[in-house]
Amino acid sequence: MKTKIGLIVNPVAGMGGRVGLKGSDGKKIHKMALTLGAIPVSPERTCEALNVLSGIQNKIELFTYPGEMGQDEAILCGLSPIVIGSIRKGKTTPEDTKKAARDLEKAGVDLLVFTGGDGTARNVYDAVSERLTVIGIPGGVKIHSGVYAANPVKAARLVMDFVASPGKIALQTAEVMDIDEELVRHDKVSAKLYGYMKVPYERGLNQSSKAGSNPRDEVFQDEIASDVIHNMEPDIIYLVSAGTTTKAVMDKLKVESTLLGIDALKNKQLISANLNELEILELFAREPETPFKIIITAIGRQGFIFGRGNQQLSPSVIRRVGKENVILIATINKILSLNEEPFLVDTGDPELDKELEGYIRVTTGFGKQHIYKVSA
Amino acid sequence: MAENDFIHPYIPNSVPEVRDEMLSAVGLESVYDVYSEIPERLRFKGTLDIPEAIPSEYALKRHVEQILGKNKNCKEYLNFLGAGCWQHYVPAVVDEIVNRSEFLTAYCGANYSDIGKYQARFEFNSLMAELLDIDAVSNPIYDWGDAAGRAIRMASRITGRNEVLVPKFTCPDRLGEIRQLCQLEEMSNAISVILVEHDPKTGLLNINDLENKLSGNTAAVYFETPSYLGLIEDQGEEITRIAHKSGALSIGGVDPISLGILCPPGSYGADLIVGDLQSLGVHMSAGGGQSGFIAFRDEEIYIAECPLEIYSIVDTVEEGEYAFAEVRSDRTSYGSRDKGKDWVGTASGLWTIASAVYLSLMGPKGMKEIGEVIIKNSKYTQNLLSSLPGASIKFSQPHFKEFLVDFSGTGKTVAQINAILLEKKIFGGKDISGEYPELGGSALFCVTEVHTKEDLNRLYLALKEIV
Amino acid sequence: MKNIKLKKYHAPKYDEPLIMEMGVKGQRGIMIPQVDKEIENTVGTLEDLIPAKAQRKKAPALPEIDQYHTLMHYLRLSQMTLGMETGIDIGEGTCTMKYSPKVNEELVRSPQMTDVHPLQPEKTLQGILEIAYDLRNYLKAISGMDEFSLQTGGGAHATYINACVTRKYFQDRGELGTRNEVITTQFTHPCNAATPSTAGFKVIILPHKNGYPDLDGLKSIVSERTAAIHMTNPEDTGLYNPLVAEFTKVVHDAGGLCFYDQANANGIMGVARAREAGFDACHFNLHKTFSSPHGCEGPAAGAYGCTEALAAYLPVPVVTRLSDAYHLDFDRPKSIGKVRSFFGNLPAVLRAYAWIRSMGPKGIKTAAEISILNNQYLEHLLSQIDGISYPYAEGKPRFEQIRYSMEKLKEETGFGSHEIQNRIVDFGIQSYWLSHHPYVVPEPFTPEPCETYSKEDIEYWATAIEQACKEARETPEVIESAPHNQAIHQIKDFSQAEDADRWAITWRAYKKKYKK
Repeated sequence: MKTKIGLIVNPVAGMGGRVGLKGSDGKKIHKMALTLGAIPVSPERTCEALNVLSGIQNKIELFTYPGEMGQDEAILCGLSPIVIGSIRKGKTTPEDTKKAARDLEKAGVDLLVFTGGDGTARNVYDAVSERLTVIGIPGGVKIHSGVYAANPVKAARLVMDFVASPGKIALQTAEVMDIDEELVRHDKVSAKLYGYMKVPYERGLNQSSKAGSNPRDEVFQDEIASDVIHNMEPDIIYLVSAGTTTKAVMDKLKVESTLLGIDALKNKQLISANLNELEILELFAREPETPFKIIITAIGRQGFIFGRGNQQLSPSVIRRVGKENVILIATINKILSLNEEPFLVDTGDPELDKELEGYIRVTTGFGKQHIYKVSA
Repeated sequence: MAENDFIHPYIPNSVPEVRDEMLSAVGLESVYDVYSEIPERLRFKGTLDIPEAIPSEYALKRHVEQILGKNKNCKEYLNFLGAGCWQHYVPAVVDEIVNRSEFLTAYCGANYSDIGKYQARFEFNSLMAELLDIDAVSNPIYDWGDAAGRAIRMASRITGRNEVLVPKFTCPDRLGEIRQLCQLEEMSNAISVILVEHDPKTGLLNINDLENKLSGNTAAVYFETPSYLGLIEDQGEEITRIAHKSGALSIGGVDPISLGILCPPGSYGADLIVGDLQSLGVHMSAGGGQSGFIAFRDEEIYIAECPLEIYSIVDTVEEGEYAFAEVRSDRTSYGSRDKGKDWVGTASGLWTIASAVYLSLMGPKGMKEIGEVIIKNSKYTQNLLSSLPGASIKFSQPHFKEFLVDFSGTGKTVAQINAILLEKKIFGGKDISGEYPELGGSALFCVTEVHTKEDLNRLYLALKEIV
Repeated sequence: MKNIKLKKYHAPKYDEPLIMEMGVKGQRGIMIPQVDKEIENTVGTLEDLIPAKAQRKKAPALPEIDQYHTLMHYLRLSQMTLGMETGIDIGEGTCTMKYSPKVNEELVRSPQMTDVHPLQPEKTLQGILEIAYDLRNYLKAISGMDEFSLQTGGGAHATYINACVTRKYFQDRGELGTRNEVITTQFTHPCNAATPSTAGFKVIILPHKNGYPDLDGLKSIVSERTAAIHMTNPEDTGLYNPLVAEFTKVVHDAGGLCFYDQANANGIMGVARAREAGFDACHFNLHKTFSSPHGCEGPAAGAYGCTEALAAYLPVPVVTRLSDAYHLDFDRPKSIGKVRSFFGNLPAVLRAYAWIRSMGPKGIKTAAEISILNNQYLEHLLSQIDGISYPYAEGKPRFEQIRYSMEKLKEETGFGSHEIQNRIVDFGIQSYWLSHHPYVVPEPFTPEPCETYSKEDIEYWATAIEQACKEARETPEVIESAPHNQAIHQIKDFSQAEDADRWAITWRAYKKKYKK
């Protein structure tokens, strides 16, 4: 039985990068990029991946959208796609990406592959949420979302592993990041966690669909959660940040958690949910004698522990709680996915960032910690 | 610093011409260029304080044999020692197979090149499962005591509780290993080892005391059959039932050679079974033949919490063909490990092959017959020794192969008695008086199928002279 | 690479059924001594001797098969096992698969070894005690430590002894409550995280910095909570950490103990010792460095050595010498107690002793030197293969083994170290070992060409790897469906062993789940 693969290409993604513009969504920027002589990057990146995939074309049915949203690339690479939907050539927008994702979901694809950047990932997420397994082919500028493979060839290899053992390949939950591209262009990065999607592991403890799937992150997350809970002290308020590993702590305590926000726990009970920075500061004011601790995990492709997806933990908050009261938790898979690059911090306060640099303990299991580097 | 010119049969490339050719190929003057990574002050200067090499294989063998000749062994002396290492007959075919180069030297070869080893191990698992009446068996660990400690820690993780109840007269070595694994009290995850009294008449686990000591914090009840003192524990079913009522697991420790005639713990619902394979076709070798097995129910939670390697039969791409692959429970949904799993390491794998061959040769009839001859030989000896003035067999409960003889009434200590027995070329029973003084001046005797009636009479007559 | 001809190897294939499916009801494999007539008449029946509740009701379903066919079956299984003596076993790195001399096998099969009971009176054990004591002396010389225990059942077991000794040492000082952290490194054997954890410690793993354990990382976490560090040197990458003495100093300054896991001792015997590097304790694997055979994953033995300061804590008994007799010393009030029954795996101790006596100090040093040279030679050959590389510390030499990566091959062909592993056994060599978990080095494999292997063995091995990599590019279907020349074909679906409804650990479980 052939595996059904859906393909969406965001034709404008990454165009800005080559001509020094960050991001390329938005008609104005798109026009500017074209004026500066920008060449679409996505088609080339897509073909890099599809060329590798053409080796297994008899095992897959490729569904895609017309023209520059996938059909052109597929045919160029010698594949015979099943084309669905309709577009206005040369005038595609994020809405088309969303519609394509919805249509491909309806068509019953087993795996959805898309080329683009953070914006494209958000569009796909808006359309299909966590319902489909996805693999991103990086086609844009710097990407923050964890749903993308390291490069197009690696993306293709992941697709092949998936096809070789669908349903058995282990999946991880990766972050979709919301980058305000306007701010990025002005050299201010402000990334928020937008959602999560399921992707196959790229690197991990062992790797081969033939030798069996990778140990699931859920297993490690459960062990980490046990350790965190085992060490929780009474009458201390824990601010639990966003992330799937931190969510595992909340799940184990059977406490409702906010997907993308900060929750406050005391004596293993939820005392306040989805706090923003102001609300956290108010909580400090209401509880002047109470000690606080922060539980965080690494977010996104670059492994940010502060500054992407948990900006509610502002410099004031971090200073009040104290660096020594930060509990960082992450799975060994997450650490390995950083390819020996350090965790990153970008609190907005360069002095605080410098203080946070150095080595940090990361809880990676029950009674088990790794030491890892943090960089600003 | 240049290399030695030292040619040795175990080092083919020690021939200077070959060595130099290789150095030249890799562009090195000397391997000491590599060693220069080691800072000077950390380098060992001078020669190792070890005797010069014995130059010939003949001389080596002669030298070692001469030293070993200072031993006495249980062929020359009549042996009644047991207590965890027992003298049973090892069939010739078993020796033939475990001495095969392939089995002797195999290690972690992946699924294909060592398929014979994997199949032999699966056969071991399967035969043990029949003997124990349970469905899953893991790779073995160092010995019975270690297996018991591991099983107790598994029970602690499974139930989330931190206490284990253990019979008072558990073998001290095993109890020591269990205590070691249960950690010191200061440690946050220590498991409390609580001893359960014995019945003063039967010597078995005291059920009343067990019920009193069970609590909502008991992870498991551990019992042994036959017990350290050789008693047949026939309360296994009751113990299991009582443990389960409290939400605790039942862990049975067994000597597998008794299971041709004794009821295996799997039959009455024990959750984990441990023991030693040494009695199933492994030479004593001064304690080098020990091998601790752990067996349990074929349920996800046990497999997930077992720290040792577990293998399953699997299909290959060829119809009707089998292979074997490691069960990776951490890939299942059941991988929750609340307290971190214990370590696994190279332990005693070859003895599973010995036991597989042994059980295959023995078959159901052989296992029944050997149980029968052992228990009858033992009973005969108990009758003889209990007729000695001043001596008595401790506890009224029937025994399997081992039994405790109390010599307090003779006015002689076990040490004195054993010294004289030694002169008569007999190894007397293990002196228990230091371990459990409340049992009087007692010795633990082990009688097996290797003893003839003449052997047993000889023991009796020797003791008759002494007491 | 030189023109080495790969053999047209095929593994023996007997299509051998499981023993549970063999035999004929009534057949006997061996006859047991019968109960003596007089005994039979005096003691009663089985029913008299066994309490009703403890009687076995149903006979175990063991095979009923004659002796010849039992022998044949297991001989065939042994032939379908490559082991180390018929297949060049360079691939199993960190295991130091060296030749286990047959003369040593003859010695351990002597009745003066096999028929000895460990509880015999000491004066009847003087032979084996002398061997154990002398081995202790040799290991003291090689390591610089002051005392040894040979009680363990394996190498990881020795690291467990260290965790228990550490525990007792600090309990003695009243510091066990605070000192609850043991540090280890990314590339040290995972048992050095697992055994302290079982002993009740929290474990902290240091990252590596370009392949070396990170000293700054260590400095950032030592404190009054540090109980010990467990580390290896050289690590599995093959890199020797020249700062090892700073590591021990940092831990000592913080009040902790330093343990040296010497599973990787083969390349440095006689060249560098635990003592000079500042360690308080170390261990050796007698079934690796000292030639005792691996035996299908055991029996094994680890020798645990320590300084005078820790000797009081060693497990009992310790083999000592009083005037001119050897003695098992149980009188050690500070001992951690027992980690194994009796006093050790004596056959492994005997083999280690005999090996050392055969090699002598020059031989041991030569073994170390040649294992280094062999590894340089293998590296020289493997470096010529496109798609294979090894990370970290470029330009720095490796000692007795290297953790390579096939990541480039994987990216270019889709095949990595798992797939290549399936194919190389077709050339008559033992499969290689990949890596400990986690796979920090992607697509890893870790060969160790110790001193047993010849120049030709190394060339053959490298040629097999080269051929498989070539096939990955040119004839991928050969790799895809490997192995081809083994007793069995490729495993169909590994997830069968990950699913509770489909795995079958025993034959009776298999019949319950599969046969109707």
